[in-house]
Amino acid sequence: MAEVSVTKDAAPAADELVALKNVNKHFGALHVLQDIDLTIDRGEVVVVIGPSGSGKSTLCRAINRLETVESGSITIDGKPLPQEGKELARLRADVGMVFQSFNLFAHKTVLENVMLGQVKVRKVEKAAAEEKARALLDRVGVGTQADKYPAQLSGGQQQRVAIARALAMDPKVMLFDEPTSALDPEMINEVLEVMQQLARDGMTMVVVTHEMGFARSAANRVVFMADGRIVEQATPDEFFSNPRSDRAKDFLSKILHH
Amino acid sequence: MNVLLDNLSLFREGFIGTLELTGASALVAMVLGVIIAGFRVSPVPPLRIFGTLWVTLLRNTPLTLLFLVAFFVVPKVLFPDLDSFLLAVCACGFYTSAFVAEAVRSGINTVPLGQAEAARSIGMTFTQTMRMIVLPQATRTVVPPLSSIFIALTKNTAIAGAFNNVDLFNVSKTLSNDGYDIAVIFLWITLAYLIVTYAINGLFRLLEHRLEVAR
Repeated sequence: MAEVSVTKDAAPAADELVALKNVNKHFGALHVLQDIDLTIDRGEVVVVIGPSGSGKSTLCRAINRLETVESGSITIDGKPLPQEGKELARLRADVGMVFQSFNLFAHKTVLENVMLGQVKVRKVEKAAAEEKARALLDRVGVGTQADKYPAQLSGGQQQRVAIARALAMDPKVMLFDEPTSALDPEMINEVLEVMQQLARDGMTMVVVTHEMGFARSAANRVVFMADGRIVEQATPDEFFSNPRSDRAKDFLSKILHH
Repeated sequence: MNVLLDNLSLFREGFIGTLELTGASALVAMVLGVIIAGFRVSPVPPLRIFGTLWVTLLRNTPLTLLFLVAFFVVPKVLFPDLDSFLLAVCACGFYTSAFVAEAVRSGINTVPLGQAEAARSIGMTFTQTMRMIVLPQATRTVVPPLSSIFIALTKNTAIAGAFNNVDLFNVSKTLSNDGYDIAVIFLWITLAYLIVTYAINGLFRLLEHRLEVAR
């Protein structure tokens, strides 16, 4: 796990890892992504926030082509997303994804969940894969649950296993699609702590979330989306203390005062 | 009463014939059915179209018609030297594969979409996702309808008996031609079919039970 060694204090090398240019997508009549331009640098933590239905999740899922887009280009590490097929599968292995509903493989144990991608996709030896899986499970604090099935774990534990499963592939970038939205309140922190540690370790992250605390403490940049558009981008301090757009002001006034 | 004892070897031959026809056709139907179900949910449009055509064509054609095609058209046009067992297995197997495919597809649809998305997001190909993630979880839902399908297949193999194959149905025809009491013949034939279908029933119930425990 020593692959990620860049710390956040070191000035992030300003090279683009993920770049979306002029991306558009419709769901029927709904224009869910409208002319989206977004670049994410290596080592950067970008938090995407916004009201429901603003297209944040779709944006996140479009980055590894779980959602196809109609126009515009998406590149990862300089390579445009290929069509569905072996090449896309290879590229997806480099992009970790964490889902709102965990999506751990229900018929596999926790350990098998974290080993599967390494063995079947990366063709790592079983013993090496198991060693790495156990180390990752320890790192996210569920090492003792390795031989259980996902259904036997709490939501917070399941989500941490899902993070370990994604990390096992040594991804270049991690996508988090509302990772804490399906969790009971007391389990949110255990997941956020793992994510915060990951951010400190220099992982490139795109996080769609409603956790403003996480956005404040871990993000390099906040992207605010509404009605399929990126309305505002700023550092967390700037965004939360001094939002420029009315839409963002309105949104923040609704979520910060209760 | 002597029908059975007098013709024991004939009955045995017919029973084994039905077993072989059922077993071979079931194997063909199972393998093809899973592949076709995979085609029907594949991201590649030509495969999806092929899968849909296969199911539509075979599921909506009377089996007897398929047999007529297999025994009178296929040898004339394509392969003149296939033996009648192989032709019968193809007809029954292809026909049943359409039903298997639909049962498997319904099983695939019960597996939450997130499972496949998670598999794809760690870089698994479509085939890997199907084989390692989706199909194993679909099995449990597919087993009960498969049992019905294979019981239906057992009875459908009787048509092969009318097409130059020695099976239970064929034996009943031979014996009634020999002048034995048709009611008694049917009694024994029915019993023989019951043994096969009941065995299938038991096998699948066992399978269902095993899969339940595995959860």
